[in-house]
Amino acid sequence: MKIFTILVAGIFVNNYLLSRFLGICSFLGVSKKLDTSIGMSAAVVFVMTLASAITYVVQYAILNPLGLQYLQTIAFIVVIASLVQLVEMFIKKTSPSLYMALGVYLPLITTNCAVLGVTILNIQSGYTFIESVVSGAAGALGYSLAIILFAAIRERQELNDTPDVLEGFPTALISASLMAIAFLGFSGMI
Amino acid sequence: MINAIITPVVVMGLLGLVFGGILAFASQKLAVPQDERVPKVRAKLPGANCGGCGFPGCDALAAAIVSGEAPVNGCPVGGAKVAEAVAEVMGADAGATEPMAARVLCNGDCEKAPRRADYYGIADCREAVIANGGPKTCRFGCIGLGTCVKNCAFDALTMGENGLPVVKVDACTSCGKCVDVCPRSVIELIPKNSIVHVNCRSKEKGKIVRTACSAGCIGCKACEKVCPAGAITVTDNLARIDYEKCINCGACVRKCPTGALVKEDRVVPRKKLIKKPKPDADDSENITE
Repeated sequence: MKIFTILVAGIFVNNYLLSRFLGICSFLGVSKKLDTSIGMSAAVVFVMTLASAITYVVQYAILNPLGLQYLQTIAFIVVIASLVQLVEMFIKKTSPSLYMALGVYLPLITTNCAVLGVTILNIQSGYTFIESVVSGAAGALGYSLAIILFAAIRERQELNDTPDVLEGFPTALISASLMAIAFLGFSGMI
Repeated sequence: MINAIITPVVVMGLLGLVFGGILAFASQKLAVPQDERVPKVRAKLPGANCGGCGFPGCDALAAAIVSGEAPVNGCPVGGAKVAEAVAEVMGADAGATEPMAARVLCNGDCEKAPRRADYYGIADCREAVIANGGPKTCRFGCIGLGTCVKNCAFDALTMGENGLPVVKVDACTSCGKCVDVCPRSVIELIPKNSIVHVNCRSKEKGKIVRTACSAGCIGCKACEKVCPAGAITVTDNLARIDYEKCINCGACVRKCPTGALVKEDRVVPRKKLIKKPKPDADDSENITE
């Protein structure tokens, strides 16, 4: 039951993009096209889930026994950075077009605060290994949900006749905030 | 006490080592096989990312050279040296690429080319041309507002005292930016070792040229007749030099009645010049262009 709660909380209630406001950089940067946002989501799902698992091991097997909790941030960043490198190589090998489409945002997952946020929150919430992995996957799925919905909205907005001053990022930010308000409606669920 | 320093260092070092090892292993497993030559070619390119080749930067050019989209001598800045180095990597023939430099083919400075109007707009040749063709009478000549000078990334162009841009041939990398921005197409890329030029682009008839500039080409064909190498042809009332054939003798310069033909005051290797065009003069006709 707790796992289900974590899943729902990660995807809807505590959505990393729309209620915790982490990972906004890629949220705005890669959401112009539906295809690229789906690719980005896939990369984030992979990185977040694996990062949750590995950081859990790093925290409880290495840092805690040695009393090095203060190294948490830097150790986790090392984990995430190497994971991202791995994903980058993998995507470059399997799908060059996706690699080109993601461009600079793929390496930027390294410094994506949502990924680091998930891993640190896992530890702070005192989750078990399974719960951490589920929490990571849920956070990534929530990220995917938000960015894919947002990309679809932006694709439609491109065709609309917006005033010159609001064209581009202003409209994107306004619609992002409207989405965030909509996601606020989930807050009563848990 | 000392443990508090050593343990974190060892732990982080080991963590880094483990992940580094995994990445090293993965980079071999997941290496994209085609990319082998790209970093090698990239290493030979100048790395100025000037975009003179028409690609977004040196990385893009390297990728294009390897994929065959661009020739091995695709880098105009690097010239023959880089082309040879790249050709070595690619296993192809560099071809003879002479070092080129931009030249301003116009004599119409403030004294020689009369103005028909004053221009008070934005100090940019491209803007001035929109305003009824610019301030000078000549419709083909240099506007003289220095758009080329501003766009030169290598400080090879300066504005001369008489209102014409001056090219420092040695500094020019032939990236071609000035050629692109000049609205009158007065600038051309010409081999560095060629020093005789027709400094006029006017295709008007001689009479009209005379009213517009005191040193313009009037198409009299005197140079065409005097040239020993047969390098000059007059078409559309304008003399043109075939730099493949020209031997820099300067006979045309002495013959030109208006002074449209100019010999640069610069020393170029003489031996090379006399030797080179002679065998080329016959052979190159069929090979080039």
